[in-house]
Amino acid sequence: MNFGVIITALLVLLLLGYFIGRKRSVTLSKERSQKLHSLPQYYGYLIAFWSSVPALFILLFWAALESSFITSAIVTQLPMHLQQLSVDEIGLFINEIINLSNSALIVEDEVKRQAVSRYNELIEFSASIKSAVVFILAFVSMFVALSFIKPEMKARNLVERLIRWAMIGCASIAVLTTIGIIFSVIFESIIFFKTVNVFDFLFGTHWSPQEAIREDQIGGSGSFGALPLFVGTLLISFIALVIAVPLGLMSAIYLSEYSSPGFRSFAKPVLEMLAGIPTVVYGFFAALTVAPFIRDLGESLNLSLSSESALAAGIVMGVMIIPFVSSLSDDVISAVPQSMCDGSYAMGATKSETIKQVIIPAALPGIVSGVLLAASRAIGETMIVVMAAGLSANLTFNPLEAVTTVTVQMVTLLTGDQEFDSAKTLAAFALGLGLFLTTLVLNIISLYVVRKYREQYE
Amino acid sequence: MIDIEKREEFDIEIDKTVGKPFIDDAKFSTRNVDVFYDDKQAIFDANIDIGKNQIIAMIGPSGCGKSTFLRCLNRMNDTIQGCHISGDIKLDNEDIYHKHQDPVLLRARVGMVFQKPNPFPKSIYDNVAYGAKLHGLASNKIELDELVEKSLIRAGLFKEVKDSLHKPGTGLSGGQQQRLCIARTIAIDPEVILMDEPTSALDPIATAVIEELMIDLSKKYTIAIVTHSMQQAARVSQRTAYFHMGHLVEVNDTNTVFTNPEHQLTENYITGRFG
Repeated sequence: MNFGVIITALLVLLLLGYFIGRKRSVTLSKERSQKLHSLPQYYGYLIAFWSSVPALFILLFWAALESSFITSAIVTQLPMHLQQLSVDEIGLFINEIINLSNSALIVEDEVKRQAVSRYNELIEFSASIKSAVVFILAFVSMFVALSFIKPEMKARNLVERLIRWAMIGCASIAVLTTIGIIFSVIFESIIFFKTVNVFDFLFGTHWSPQEAIREDQIGGSGSFGALPLFVGTLLISFIALVIAVPLGLMSAIYLSEYSSPGFRSFAKPVLEMLAGIPTVVYGFFAALTVAPFIRDLGESLNLSLSSESALAAGIVMGVMIIPFVSSLSDDVISAVPQSMCDGSYAMGATKSETIKQVIIPAALPGIVSGVLLAASRAIGETMIVVMAAGLSANLTFNPLEAVTTVTVQMVTLLTGDQEFDSAKTLAAFALGLGLFLTTLVLNIISLYVVRKYREQYE
Repeated sequence: MIDIEKREEFDIEIDKTVGKPFIDDAKFSTRNVDVFYDDKQAIFDANIDIGKNQIIAMIGPSGCGKSTFLRCLNRMNDTIQGCHISGDIKLDNEDIYHKHQDPVLLRARVGMVFQKPNPFPKSIYDNVAYGAKLHGLASNKIELDELVEKSLIRAGLFKEVKDSLHKPGTGLSGGQQQRLCIARTIAIDPEVILMDEPTSALDPIATAVIEELMIDLSKKYTIAIVTHSMQQAARVSQRTAYFHMGHLVEVNDTNTVFTNPEHQLTENYITGRFG
């Protein structure tokens, strides 16, 4: 029986368990003329849980361990000279066996043919044992759980405890994934920093990751000074924020304080739609419309500019992140209590004075977190930069020159055929680590600002 | 409680405000004031004078329009969409709804204290200095310091906060916050102070402090207070107005209203038969 069938059967069992548990609790309470502690469906939930979840865990556990057991079983049966191969070579051999068993090819080598037939036997054996174990476990646990049902059993409390554990499980999956990603990036970066000095990486001004693959190859010097990339990232993000913060904040103030409810209900979703446009669309908008416009403008001023510039990418990215600023700011500005505004009006303040002196300070934590969210988005943005700002790593603060960003270089380092242990590809992990630390610092700052103001104003 | 049908019967009797709604030395005088929220009429033909340096209490069951009426007096209702007002409201014989009247300047003359203390999310000092800065009442820092101190002293709060003037106003207790709101109102030196249930969110001790403050302030300012507490009205006010379902039923000296009400509705309310 294959995996899908077992899963389906377990789901059916789950449903069945629910109805049996429910029925059983009602019958028992009638027989003993005793009031149920909880509503009948809680007994149903309990039986449903026991009838399938433990079996499901065993199934997953089995699937995880199956291949390594089968591998070791095959290896012990191999002739001595094959057993003494290195781990990698054995892995290759096993892979070949698996491929052979899946294909219809006739195997000529005697050793391999035996291994293939043994593999097939083991797989079949494992599958039948597996379904037997899973179903026996499912039924046993279901009947044991059924025998525990009594009217005075606190089924509701038990179900609630189960749900709490399920939620803890979900939360820890999210946290563990994050930790896992961080560690994988850190370990790869450590390998990278064994070949390239940390200070050369952080403060080097020359970025040219092409390395010679063969001894006789010319060109690749392999220089990993990431400073131009981080400067380029900050330059483009800065331009984007210069565009997005005033536009977003002003539109948020207009929408929440001045516009009519009808206009607001139309304009706010339209503004939020900006965030829903795929970045690649922004990218060609930047490359085909904004960048040539800037170049033509430069020509009319007798400046010779390239069609790729930090300015074009920054402007378009700024437009893209307007909704992050405006939507969040609009929400927090609307959430400022009316009583506070009334207090200001009653002092003879005009609307604009009230907004400047009461509403904005009160809404500041929310506005700051909106801006920082937008900033994180700008720092991580790749597509627009690839298309509009170019790939050349210039260390410059001039927004009219072509620059490149950390994320763009990560993409170019990792796309295409690459060997995964060269300094070139490992550099991507180091860049990722740098980027991660940058956004982490931004998040910490935003949390700090929000907490500080919240203490003061609540 | 009386039943609804009887209550409707009483409504028919309200055609003219009984008692003494008009006086000689009036600060505010309103004539034929109707207030509408969209199509719904909230105030019907309110005629009343508010005397200078007096406290007038406005009482009545919830939803009777007393807060709406109070908010007409400094045009706070302008900020509510769909609210419109007809009739005359005169402050020192000037029509406050005249088209040349700037509501912002009016509100500097007619201050307001709200039901729930609403200090700004600023320091105590900045809360009090807020209005003074807006209206340019102090030309330098020393004058501003003096003004803040004077207002806090008048509001009876200075002793408690003099060492923490730069801590947030929102960190004070409810009663202190309300006195802070009063301090910031008197800092702009208004002529009239409107108070919309200023003590309903406070405990009895804080309430007593504020009531004393009101009596003290009435020597200099004209005060109109909306209250749900008849004891409070009796304790602090010289005159009392009773509102019922948008109608101004009875206005008279506080003593007369509470000891010898003229109108049946007033009597029902103050004797606790409904409300």
